[in-house]
Amino acid sequence: MSKKMSGAKSLVQSLESAGVDVMFGIPGGAILPAYDPIFDSSIRHILVRHEQGAGHAATGYAQVTGRVGVCIATSGPGATNLVTPLADAAMDSVPMVAITGQVPSAAIGTDAFQEADIRGITMPFTKHNYLITDPLEIPRAIAEAFYIASSGRPGPVLVDIAKDALQKETDFIWPKDLSLPGYHPQIEPENQAIKDAAALIAQSSKPVLYVGGGVIKANASKELMQLAELLGAPVVTTLMALGSFPDSHPQHFGMPGMHGTVGAVTALQKADLLITLGARFDDRVTGKLSTFAVNAKVIHADIDPAEIGKNRYADVPVVGDLKHTIAALIPALKAEFTKGRADLAPWLTAMNKLRATYPLGYDLPKDGSLSPQYVIERISAITGPEAIYVAGVGQHQMWAAQFVKYENPRTWLNSGGLGTMGYAVPAAMGAKVGAPDTIVWAIDGDGCFQMTNQELVTCALNNIPIKVAIINNESLGMVRQWQTLFYEGRYSNTSLESKRVPDFVKLADAMGCVGLTCDRMEDVDAVIKKANSINDQPVVVDFRVFRDAMVWPMVAAGTSNDDIKIAREIAPDWDSQEL
Amino acid sequence: MSTHTLSVLVENSPGVLARVAGLFSRRAYNIDSLAVGPTENPDISRMTIVINVESHSLEQVIRQLDKLINVIHIAELKLDESVQAELLLVKISATTKNKFDVEAVLETYGASIVDEDAESLTVEATGDAAKISDLLNALERFGIRELAQSGLVAIERGSGSLADRTLSTQSIPTADSGQADYQN
Ligand SMILES: Cc1ncc(C[n+]2csc(CCOP(=O)(O)OP(=O)(O)O)c2C)c(N)n1
Repeated sequence: MSKKMSGAKSLVQSLESAGVDVMFGIPGGAILPAYDPIFDSSIRHILVRHEQGAGHAATGYAQVTGRVGVCIATSGPGATNLVTPLADAAMDSVPMVAITGQVPSAAIGTDAFQEADIRGITMPFTKHNYLITDPLEIPRAIAEAFYIASSGRPGPVLVDIAKDALQKETDFIWPKDLSLPGYHPQIEPENQAIKDAAALIAQSSKPVLYVGGGVIKANASKELMQLAELLGAPVVTTLMALGSFPDSHPQHFGMPGMHGTVGAVTALQKADLLITLGARFDDRVTGKLSTFAVNAKVIHADIDPAEIGKNRYADVPVVGDLKHTIAALIPALKAEFTKGRADLAPWLTAMNKLRATYPLGYDLPKDGSLSPQYVIERISAITGPEAIYVAGVGQHQMWAAQFVKYENPRTWLNSGGLGTMGYAVPAAMGAKVGAPDTIVWAIDGDGCFQMTNQELVTCALNNIPIKVAIINNESLGMVRQWQTLFYEGRYSNTSLESKRVPDFVKLADAMGCVGLTCDRMEDVDAVIKKANSINDQPVVVDFRVFRDAMVWPMVAAGTSNDDIKIAREIAPDWDSQEL
Repeated sequence: MSTHTLSVLVENSPGVLARVAGLFSRRAYNIDSLAVGPTENPDISRMTIVINVESHSLEQVIRQLDKLINVIHIAELKLDESVQAELLLVKISATTKNKFDVEAVLETYGASIVDEDAESLTVEATGDAAKISDLLNALERFGIRELAQSGLVAIERGSGSLADRTLSTQSIPTADSGQADYQN
């Protein structure tokens, strides 16, 4: 199956062979040869306005579809603009392939025009990367890149291709098989590990299912539901796992971590066993590590062996694909239960009481201004759990995690690991391309929105009608919250004045979107319904909200989860709880 | 803290040294020495890495290294199960007057003179870290003008070989429309 063609044609043919249906990018000198065959290709190319947008769009697409997201850029500044989304995708284990043009091979190393060592730059935060100077290697590199990005623990792979390799004539040979002697992700868990895990679970009288984003990557929500109902234990879902287990399920205790629910944080703290599924003991979840869940044994199931024991010792490590792991655990646990099981009733009674005592909530602003939490709660209630919600980074992100009701996997997208402001608009664009028949709401901050809103132009021109709720508190709210709490209210450089400038409605209008505004509680429902009714254009709603709302509960950075506060200087009343 | 010698087989591909070195620096692992060279297989290089870690994180180091796609196999070579050697080249101040004394020292360590002029002698020696450091101590009194030392290299004792045991010929089938097949 060998055909003569240019390296550029070979690249495009390789992408088609890898099953790519859409990619996001911007051309430039070094990648230009590839754009000629792209013109004729069956692959839809979406011309973005900034390469960062291309990268986050690829992530949004991947998060929603489970397929590999693809972005493409030229050498030098085009490639360096992809750095942030690549780092973001690495932190959140997103399958992504980035293609970049490089200066001609003879010019590499000479500080040529638009030369940047993007392979060197991205080594720390790509799963793997390539620099291709021989056109014959293009198909194999692309095939390997897609396999590596999507298998095992997913992640971004970059393929940098010298311009002359794109121009030269070559043979296109799509490889029949790949040989990667150093890469063998383990799919099936060890039998013994499953048995040990089941035995530990059956003995535990205070177990918690600590569920991370890995469950979504592994498409293991169904298996999780079966395991959870078999066991009857509390389930907590991390920021990356929201939607993997329905919020409405009686066993769901919410999100643990810095802004988690009292129920979820305490369940982890007081547990005698953490059944950890695709989570990584991130510092935002554990708080001060030495004080985290001190009485708990740990079962740690993950596809990445390097996660095991990284932050917390695992009594029973289980390496494997979570879909297989959980599926194997269910019969093993049933078998174990026939021999007997610990009584969970006292634990469940105590935890249910705690959860009922400390539900998530918020106070309406005393000055009559609009509550940001209320806005987000209403968007969720009116639009429903079938929609996709994409957040930026900051207070609005935490409120979207807390007050949107998630029932399904792949309906909540956010930048969890890197915390990338500017993620929401382009990621929502990618999500909408991946799920064109689903309503996609970006819930963004006025700060975040001003980093990447130009992709709304891309959305307007390419019939990608996303909806954006700007939670406009005219400040870098999350930073301002920390200044309130830890810097005596000295608000250094956190005021954005974005109720004055820019005019978001005019800005939306200028970008070919519908711009709406809302600053009264009584108008919220109507404006959301109006936004939901518009399907031929992107919509931006400027929700002008209370400036001083804060995210609660909170475990201050570096402190113990035991010191969780439900409001400023207010801790839960532990004495009245028997655990 | 304790010292461990890792023998790492890597694909002989461009950038692999940067990947390994970068991993050690960004995860704040302490490297004592690193030596890279060819193996009996032209597609594979061997890195011998001496690291200093808390014992519980040796496993972490190995697992993180193993995540690099170009890393094929990692084995810890224990002192008593391996032969270990460094190469030392050292230039010392020496005249015809004290050459005899120098030679006497060198003999005990199996070291030899590889270059000399009126004022200096260049000595070559190989051996494990302890032997090299003893030799240097013994040569100190003559005056050390310059020294160059390699990282440690090591090989397992006995007839077994790392490569035999680890190189699988397993290959991964790709389908014509690749994407779908990679998903489960
Ligand atoms: C690219 C980037 N720069 C800076 C930060 C630090 N940071 C975290 S949250 C935040 C404020 C975000 O403000 P806004 O988008 O208005 O959201 P809000 O917190 O007000 O809801 C900042 C500056 C970041 N996370 N990302």
